[in-house]
Amino acid sequence: MTTIAPVEQSPEKEVTQIEDHADFRLFGLAAFLVADGMTFAGFFAAYLTFKAVNPLLPDAIYELELPLPTLNTVLLLVSSATFHRAGQALRKDNAMLCQRWLLITAGLGLAFLASQMVEYFTLPFGLTDNLYASTFYALTGFHGLHVTLGALMILIVWWQSRSPGGRITSKNQFPLEAAELYWHFVDGIWVILFIILYLL
Amino acid sequence: MIFANPSSPEKTSERLQPTGWLRYFSFSLDHKVIGLQYLICGFIFYLIGGSLASAIRVELTSPISDFMARDVYNQVLTLHGTIMIFLWIVPVVNGAFGNYLIPFYVGARDMAFPRLNAVAFWLIPPAGLMLISSYFITGAAESGWTAYPPLSITTPATGQIIWIISVLLLGGSSIFGGINFIATILKLRQPGLKLMQLPMYCWAMLGTSILVVLSTPVLAGTLILLSFDIVAHTGFFNPSMGGNVIVYQHLFWFYSHPAVYIMVLPAFGLVSEILPVHCRKPLFGYTTMVYSIMAIVGLGLVVWAHHMFTSGTPPWMRLFFTIATSFIAVPTGIKFFNWVATLWGGKISLNSAVLFSCGFIINFVLGGITGVALAQVPFDVHVHDTYFVVAHFHYIVYGGSVFVIFSSIYHWYPKFTGRMLNENIGRLHFVLTFIGFNLCFAPQHWLGLNGMPRRVAEYDPQFTFVNQLSSAGALLMALSTLPFLWNVINSAMNGPIAGDNPWRALTPEWLTSSPPPVENWEGKAPLVNEPYGYGRSTKNPKSPNDGERDTK
Repeated sequence: MTTIAPVEQSPEKEVTQIEDHADFRLFGLAAFLVADGMTFAGFFAAYLTFKAVNPLLPDAIYELELPLPTLNTVLLLVSSATFHRAGQALRKDNAMLCQRWLLITAGLGLAFLASQMVEYFTLPFGLTDNLYASTFYALTGFHGLHVTLGALMILIVWWQSRSPGGRITSKNQFPLEAAELYWHFVDGIWVILFIILYLL
Repeated sequence: MIFANPSSPEKTSERLQPTGWLRYFSFSLDHKVIGLQYLICGFIFYLIGGSLASAIRVELTSPISDFMARDVYNQVLTLHGTIMIFLWIVPVVNGAFGNYLIPFYVGARDMAFPRLNAVAFWLIPPAGLMLISSYFITGAAESGWTAYPPLSITTPATGQIIWIISVLLLGGSSIFGGINFIATILKLRQPGLKLMQLPMYCWAMLGTSILVVLSTPVLAGTLILLSFDIVAHTGFFNPSMGGNVIVYQHLFWFYSHPAVYIMVLPAFGLVSEILPVHCRKPLFGYTTMVYSIMAIVGLGLVVWAHHMFTSGTPPWMRLFFTIATSFIAVPTGIKFFNWVATLWGGKISLNSAVLFSCGFIINFVLGGITGVALAQVPFDVHVHDTYFVVAHFHYIVYGGSVFVIFSSIYHWYPKFTGRMLNENIGRLHFVLTFIGFNLCFAPQHWLGLNGMPRRVAEYDPQFTFVNQLSSAGALLMALSTLPFLWNVINSAMNGPIAGDNPWRALTPEWLTSSPPPVENWEGKAPLVNEPYGYGRSTKNPKSPNDGERDTK
């Protein structure tokens, strides 16, 4: 993020777009993630209220299969750890290792999406079947959208951290840090979602 | 609209941006340009929303539906509410004055994220145009600005979906703006400037931005679910499919009650800037003002269900929300008495800015009293969905926020343009607006108490005379816009030159040229530790302050 304002007015000096303050982009992203989290909070509140006050018909009550979502939880938690490893490698200027960890992270994210797809196709209900089904797909779908965006981000970060030629280095870590913060956020939301949707 | 170009062309940073009046149509990153873009864009939407309000009042001069068809009436009132809230008051009290003033107040050259700032503004014109154009496609949304299901699910889908998309865009704009304000106020303060030394508007914007970031996303999520109901035929809010309409109301009001504070807290801040300057007295009770803003933010998040007392809310919920809502009167009352105490014994110059601010104080206390009354369940159940509620919230948002917007335009116009407005035309504008506003909305209390429902084009003939009285007030309000427009446009070209600091104010935006240069100050930003030190150091506003705040 750049500002148009130079630090000191010195007409003889060539002034280009420079920053006149510290980097607040991670702070801004964190504020945005608070907002994003509130969207999920609204969805969770709606789901829990539906569950509490709207009794479902007997044919609309399903026992969800747990193995696949549990695997998904593990995939995402492991991917958070591998992303952390990628950040560590970047700070040590080890671009090769950083890229390898990023690729593993992206692979885990895509595996999550694939496994989510498998679950969608094997579920006994569709989007418009009943209130529970609609809420299930809305919650997991909105989270899946976040995972998709996150996986794309990781792939972009992976491409940009190649050495030589990439823009992400130990001196310019922000894109990686931002993607990492976002990815941890998405994982955290999944854990809450898993507890509320599958275990409760 | 043309404004004088502030800076000399030699400034190297200017090469990056268009200059002259063209920059107001560009993707400018200058917070002052973006602020004025918000202001002018918002005012154009105010004129459109005002025309729709006039159409409503014309329809209501007779008890039968003769001026417009009934469904057109529904579309007009939906557009009126949506435009006035999302395209006029929220962008102007937050976006326009916030962008213009906050960087000055924290001693910065620009907002924390200038590019995000420009993105936030440029989401607004397309959203507004889309909303208005929906009327010409297959008809605009008909379900009111609240879009309660099942009405919003059963009315024509195209208009409703366009409404949802534009509100989502405007909500996004609002969230981006809120993030920017939080980062600017908390992180971009110049060294040596403590939080408790900031001008009151910064605190108001910090509180507002917290509300925006916490509550707007919930509305966005809700509207996404609603659009699923309309487009994909899910049943979240559709009772015939097992859905629950009350959940929509809870989620909607979780945003839309704080939205009232998003509209009125910045207005509180602006009044707190304007009154001390024109009374030549320090703002009374700075610390209590700060704490009452934060109390309103906290309480404002837990009072939403007082909009739903007739929606079958259980008794414990009614009790809780009645008590919480009544509590809000305490911090609001503190602010009211602090403004009165600021005026008390001051050397008040009765110019247009002060007149509109005093008009705000009077109107807002009236709207606040009816607000406390409406928080009481037995009374609310009686007048819910009647014109009493319409009168109440117009006293808050028009008598409150819009009066403050006009007051702020009169106060900061010399800074925006470098020229003074004509005071006599300004006073005429105030008199017409104040009389017109009270003539329009005071009778609506009576209408509501006698049972006239809101949002209906037809009514019992016994209400005809009072409705005509109200419409006469609306006509006066519409007319009052004309001297204002003439004043603003004419003074931009022919008004007397204002000079840097025509009001002898102490806040930092006045310690630079009018209009300010792109980098806000030539050289170093001044450190203002005592923005309200009037009556002590007026001889030389730039003299160093002792840092002690005197609120006596």
